[in-house]
Amino acid sequence: MAAKQDFKRSFQRVNEIIEAHGRNPVELISILQEVQEEYRYLPEEILNYIATAMRISPSKVFGVATFYENFSLEPKGKYVVKVCDGTACHVRKSTALLNALKKKLELKEGQETTQDLMFTLETVSCFGACGLAPVMVINDEVYGKVTPEKAEKIIDEIIKEEGGRGNDQDH
Amino acid sequence: MIRTIEDLYNLHEDYKEAMNREKMKILVCAGTGCVSSGSLEVYEALKEIVQEKELFVDIDLMEGGREGVNVSPSGCHGFCEMGPIVRIEPQGYFYVRVSEIDAPEIVEKTVENNEVVERLLYRNPETGEIYRTEESMPFYGKQKRLVLEHCGKINPENIKEYIALGGYQALAEAFEMTPEEVCQVVLKAKLRGRGGGGFPAGIKWDSVRKEHAGQKYVVCNGDEGDPGAFMDRSIMEGDPHRVIEGMIIAGYASGATKGYIYVRAEYPLAVKRLQKAIQQAREFGLLGENILDSGFDFDIKISKGAGAFVCGEGSALTASIEGNRGMPRTRPPRTVQKGLFQKPTVLNNVETFANVPLIILYGADNYLKIGTKDSPGTKAFALTGNIVNTGLIEVPMGTTLREVIYEIGGGIPQGKKLKAVQIGGPSGGCLTSEHLDLPMDFDSLDSAGAMIGSGGLVVMDEDTCMVEVARFFMDFTQKESCGKCVPCREGTKKILEILEKIIAGDATMEDIKLLEELAETVKDGSLCGLGKTASNPVLTTLRYFRDEYIAHVKDKKCPAGVCQAFKTYYIDPEVCKGCSKCVRVCPNNAISGEIKKPFSIDAEKCIKCGACVSVCPFNAVKEG
Ligand SMILES: Cc1cc2nc3c(=O)[nH]c(=O)nc-3n(C[C@H](O)[C@H](O)[C@H](O)COP(=O)(O)O)c2cc1C
Ligand code: SF4
Ligand code: FES
Repeated sequence: MAAKQDFKRSFQRVNEIIEAHGRNPVELISILQEVQEEYRYLPEEILNYIATAMRISPSKVFGVATFYENFSLEPKGKYVVKVCDGTACHVRKSTALLNALKKKLELKEGQETTQDLMFTLETVSCFGACGLAPVMVINDEVYGKVTPEKAEKIIDEIIKEEGGRGNDQDH
Repeated sequence: MIRTIEDLYNLHEDYKEAMNREKMKILVCAGTGCVSSGSLEVYEALKEIVQEKELFVDIDLMEGGREGVNVSPSGCHGFCEMGPIVRIEPQGYFYVRVSEIDAPEIVEKTVENNEVVERLLYRNPETGEIYRTEESMPFYGKQKRLVLEHCGKINPENIKEYIALGGYQALAEAFEMTPEEVCQVVLKAKLRGRGGGGFPAGIKWDSVRKEHAGQKYVVCNGDEGDPGAFMDRSIMEGDPHRVIEGMIIAGYASGATKGYIYVRAEYPLAVKRLQKAIQQAREFGLLGENILDSGFDFDIKISKGAGAFVCGEGSALTASIEGNRGMPRTRPPRTVQKGLFQKPTVLNNVETFANVPLIILYGADNYLKIGTKDSPGTKAFALTGNIVNTGLIEVPMGTTLREVIYEIGGGIPQGKKLKAVQIGGPSGGCLTSEHLDLPMDFDSLDSAGAMIGSGGLVVMDEDTCMVEVARFFMDFTQKESCGKCVPCREGTKKILEILEKIIAGDATMEDIKLLEELAETVKDGSLCGLGKTASNPVLTTLRYFRDEYIAHVKDKKCPAGVCQAFKTYYIDPEVCKGCSKCVRVCPNNAISGEIKKPFSIDAEKCIKCGACVSVCPFNAVKEG
């Protein structure tokens, strides 16, 4: 039930976003970006809805949504942790950082998002902050010269702020 | 609102005067790097103290004519590793690693007593030498900052400062010429595209000018996808009006009235600064209708990328702005004939546009005096990797690699030897110590099998495995291939597989032969630059470091001691204090032991990730 209502609300917000872009198909990428900002991912229903509302084919919408790496069709965590694996960061041991985070977040091979939808761990190939390699970005905050220990501390702080793991549902 | 050219010059005088009342200017870097090191807090703290002492003035407080001290955020100085950076003008003091608790001392000593805060000055980690001013540091002394002249010197969020320093006067001068004349100046200056290809910008502009079409476009490529490159980000963040001014001039010269800036999604601060700059330019009448009473209209929109490297390629980029999958298309038709929305389009890189105001203001003849005969001007490079001074630099074209690495970059840390320099990102190639005296310009690098590319320079010391480097870049291109051409899509995967096999110690000499064949096939059978250049890292490393490949294959050894397959890790029981730090980082639970007693690594379970090596406070984990 709750989920259904959520989607009703979603469609309304999606509509606002589409309207703000004048239903212009050229704006599809911006629309998807804004929708994703709102919901942290692009649910299939919403993609279908966008196609209908904008009178473009669902295959076009899905085609665009799947082409770009920043779009996700799977739910993402509230905190998206991006570890840079660009050249400069790679040379300064970003792999060790990534491994430490995988372990800290208890992610299995191939798993990106934690069970409780709190964290998603991704790699990115350069934030342009290479002078501070290795670089990690959580949501929009940039952290430089991140050691595995420093990363663990930052994660711990977030968990603390969120009132511990496992009981993070919005009240 | 600036309506005429005269208005612009009048305002310039007013703002200049207002800026002259700033007897001292404290510039706190607010580029991505310094912000992440806490520079905004430093800025707030400094500003608060200066305000409390009633010393604060800025360009927006023109009334009263009071003199005082200005505190302002600035663009990137290119020395991000040492951030947060604070620069004091007019003395030029350059403070590094400043934190907010240093603010009272800076104000008390430097602002009130004109003394330098010794402990905040930059000290060369290798020689111990201390430098008081930015200009005296070899890192800056050897540079020629023309395109980056304002980066770190002005507040990028305030158009008034840009105007005070002569901003938009190049546009005013361009309006005094005919569009054809503007194209001729750019042609004569031999401005070559800074996005990698080095194609003459004047030819593009003039071709678009000659096209008959209802609508034409100017597109600025701010995708900067090469990992390890951040020149364009720094320009967009540090001097956004310069890019905008260059684009308006391009629009006027080619007859285009709409502009787009395509910025990659990973650069939120650049997007914000550009948005603000566009907004201000509109408010001042420098974007919009009848700019400076010239009868010319121009406006700019920002398009945000969504994370696809291939969108840096011109035709993929325009497809992406149009809301499509960003896939390159076959040419002809060329972008200058059928570009964005099938209309004639000038597409240039951020740095290319940022060169334009310079050329118009100083004239083609003066511009030609900088750099080399066929590559005039300067080039910005991002210097990263195993180098003492990482950072953003700008040097005249034709500067040698030796000057860049040893004089500006300060050499290789810990006295290590230079092994290779990767130039131009994943599509570039490797240079070695034998290229140290090669002048870096478009044509010289081309003949060495490398390319300037966008300007990423990754320095690698003797501890780098070149096969691993090739693998790293192949992994990147393989992931980023858009999938349109089979040789690119499948070939890069196959090449990657072979490289992985070599690194794992499972390859034969046959594989190396196959690698070379594949590299050629991918090069020949690909449509766009991504596929055409994907093999470059493999081909150049094979050319210069073939023995390393052979060592992996025949001797089952990694000469640099990097490749995990040839490595084992063990804990030296003499050194281990049993702190258990390694146990906590090991992703595969391969380490066990009792607290305060020596731990040991289970070789069967060890995946050789090296996490324990970096975390051990006693260096007890050894590689064998
Ligand atoms: C795969 C690929 C990626 C590219 N990425 C960029 C980029 O990030 N920025 C850029 O300015 N040019 C990039 N280019 C080059 C552009 O296609 C184009 O040549 C350039 O933007 C033109 O501007 P310029 O002549 O001013 O250099 C890329 C090319 C290819 C093939
Ligand atoms: S060469 Fe590669 S990236 Fe370029 S169009 Fe072909 S498949 Fe796409
Ligand atoms: S390589 Fe990591 S930020 Fe550029």
